[in-house]
Amino acid sequence: MDTAAAPHSNYLHDGYTLKSWLLTRDHKRIGLLYLFGVTAFFVLGSFFAALIRIELLTPAGDLVESDTYNRLFTMHGVIMVFFFLIPAIPAVLGNFLLPIMIGAKDMAFPRINLLSWYVYVIGGTFTLTALVMGGVDTGWTFYTPYSSAFSQSNVALVVVGIFINGFSSILTGLNFIVTVHKMRAPGLTWFRLPLFVWAHYATALIFVLGTPVIAITLVMVGAERLLHLGIFDPKLGGDPVLFQHLFWFYSHPAVYIMILPAMGVMSELIAAFSRKAIFGYQFVAFSSLAIAAVGFLVWGHHMFVSGQSVFAAMAFSLLSYLVAIPSAIKVFNWTATLYKGSISFDSPMLYAFGFMGLFLIGGLTGLFLAALAVDVHVTDTYFVVAHFHYIMVGGAIMMYLGGLHYWWPKIFGKMYNEAWAKVAAVTIFVGFNLTFFPQFIVGYLGMPRRYHAYPPEFQIWNIMSTAGASLLAVGYAMPTVYLLYSLVKGNPAPDNPWGATGLEWKTSSPPPTHNFETPPVVNEPPYNYAK
Amino acid sequence: MSGAHASQHPALQHHFDNLDQQFEASTLGMWLFLVTEILFFGGLFTAYLVYRIAYPEAFADASHHLNIVLGGTNTAVLIGSSLTMAMAVYAAQLGRRNTQVIFLVATMALGLVFLGIKAVEYSHKFEEHLVPGINFVFEGRDPIHSQLFFSLYFVMTSLHALHMIVGIGIMTVLTVMAWRGRFTKAYHTPVEVSGLYWHFVDIVWIFLFPLLYLIDRHGPVH
Amino acid sequence: MTDHASLVGALNGGHMQGEKHLVPLRVYFTVFGILMVLTGLTVSASFMDLGPFNTVVALVIAVTKMLLVVLYFMHVRYSSRLTWAVIGAGFFWLALLLLMTLADYVTRGVGWLHYG
Repeated sequence: MDTAAAPHSNYLHDGYTLKSWLLTRDHKRIGLLYLFGVTAFFVLGSFFAALIRIELLTPAGDLVESDTYNRLFTMHGVIMVFFFLIPAIPAVLGNFLLPIMIGAKDMAFPRINLLSWYVYVIGGTFTLTALVMGGVDTGWTFYTPYSSAFSQSNVALVVVGIFINGFSSILTGLNFIVTVHKMRAPGLTWFRLPLFVWAHYATALIFVLGTPVIAITLVMVGAERLLHLGIFDPKLGGDPVLFQHLFWFYSHPAVYIMILPAMGVMSELIAAFSRKAIFGYQFVAFSSLAIAAVGFLVWGHHMFVSGQSVFAAMAFSLLSYLVAIPSAIKVFNWTATLYKGSISFDSPMLYAFGFMGLFLIGGLTGLFLAALAVDVHVTDTYFVVAHFHYIMVGGAIMMYLGGLHYWWPKIFGKMYNEAWAKVAAVTIFVGFNLTFFPQFIVGYLGMPRRYHAYPPEFQIWNIMSTAGASLLAVGYAMPTVYLLYSLVKGNPAPDNPWGATGLEWKTSSPPPTHNFETPPVVNEPPYNYAK
Repeated sequence: MSGAHASQHPALQHHFDNLDQQFEASTLGMWLFLVTEILFFGGLFTAYLVYRIAYPEAFADASHHLNIVLGGTNTAVLIGSSLTMAMAVYAAQLGRRNTQVIFLVATMALGLVFLGIKAVEYSHKFEEHLVPGINFVFEGRDPIHSQLFFSLYFVMTSLHALHMIVGIGIMTVLTVMAWRGRFTKAYHTPVEVSGLYWHFVDIVWIFLFPLLYLIDRHGPVH
Repeated sequence: MTDHASLVGALNGGHMQGEKHLVPLRVYFTVFGILMVLTGLTVSASFMDLGPFNTVVALVIAVTKMLLVVLYFMHVRYSSRLTWAVIGAGFFWLALLLLMTLADYVTRGVGWLHYG
């Protein structure tokens, strides 16, 4: 099979003007527009994290006022959750890869895809405006009645920003679902799909079923705040816990929005770098759906101490144990895939190994939290903070970076410096653990979250955590440098630098505008590595 | 087999193989969007459900202040507009330009009637001092929670009205396109898909009407 | 070598689905009539004292009206199973939201939601 000597035109060459990017309908370019957006928000969210960690170096609240500190952790949370973690893998990698992986020319609705980016940008603009005007101090969870009646900060602006941004999720979700149902190449049955596609399909279901509920909840908070309509305010007859039910109905599944795509990336990396089909493919595929579905049944575990009934608490606790099962199935299957695989330690695989360990710890500590009695002790402490950062940073961000590295040659047609990539992966892993493991300890010892001052006996753990955060920052800075450098000086990438299976590796790097020179037909199972 | 070679129909988008695939994708996309709308209104129905069960007398007292004649008329108007919408789709399926336009305009007109009646109702509520956050005064068995009813009433019905306004906007665009002959037997997807949206908005009102206007109407007025 | 589009057709069962069903006009008019009758019925039922069944009757009538609109005006009676699955999922998820939230409130015990 010859590879053409003359370079074919690819999607990057399809117009060089700003207009050709800002008015593109090409899902690949839209993925890159999102890459730009999420990176900018990640930098901003990290800036707030840095300030938080610097403040927490000393027990006294001496860097900022407590009111300012409230704004710091709120903005950190809002930006990282809504504008980085939720879109990162699906809107960047998902948008770029999904049509290619199913052999299609584009998403089902290219213009809606572009619209979703603009909606993201507009929502982000509202939120940034609120930030510039002083931010919000309610926590990213906006609990009422503080957020709806008492806070003096820019709640309405941020709430509008998040509301608008929600439509970006909804439009992306609908596009993914229709695309997977209607645009698959001939011969590409559901059980021949890459697990990355299954994971994104499950994520899209959550986008569609969950996001509208937070949207309407924020509308109610806004109405209460601006129009003094009492829905959650006890003085006006309302119930603040009702807000929590409605908020967490979305926000718990939202965490599965953040992790399911990462699990999809994980499946691709493990298969590629073990040169082996994923063990228990169908189990992994169905587990994605199970996580999406059961994930909607557990939200009350965020409300164990809020005043909900004991019956509800017990039901949510039990269901929270159940939702761990499909995640565990995936971990077992990835491990089984490694067994007797031909394993290579390229940088994307280092991220995958990192994910394996960190997601395991994050997931298991989730079970500690699901136990009612333990949760009463550690709720609102740094134990919870450590748990979710293990999943979201140790899990999701590791896989975002792993995926970015794995598909970088495909997306840009350039190879990055592998030595630096390995150094960065290890730095990130070490920095991450140094940042967040002490937080499990100090949380268990009783340090509350969202406080900028703490008893002196907790200082040693906080110093470790801040030191780790500094290392982590260096680790994150490295890919920025060598990946950008590769765009200028990197070696040209072959069609399939990793020797992996999947339709995306059968087209050129970068792909042509319509993804394939000739539309593919599929007649082999997924991960069809030769024995 | 229709559309087997790349159809030259101007409405066929390049990434689809044929008009049927495009139609199925568009229809599925609209249904998914309507599912998001079910959950969107669903949050309000949840608040309504919780508070109605908690405060039945407050809700009954408040409901008595809504005008059944106007609400009932609006219900009939919307059902009529769903009929005219279905007729517009029927005409589009048969490629009949003038009939399409007539029924689209009729649908819009009924929609505007609905909004007009709603505006009248809202102005009555202002006069009767029943607008929470502005001039709410209420005597009943449980005035504070009756205010909760009115908060939900205004949020739910104005959100519904907003959807109606968007719907009328969509109908306007469709009418212009239909007038220009853009919809034929082979291609009329936007009409079908917009019809789905319009019927959905009707269904929301089908629930809002009894839940808001008809609580405990046989009981004494407080 | 068959072209891509016909392969799509062949592998999707040989025949392009989506030929829209033309619902006879009399069906639409009948449904309209029933909907109007049901509206009148729900109003008059609300003035009768049926105890706790007032709410039940109102909801049953509303659901019936909705089903008529969904099945006939929205053509779901003639739609694919995928469409039915999507709609079913929507309502099922709404039920989850309503019922699980309510499950907290109704199990709280005496005097729930009565502050002060």
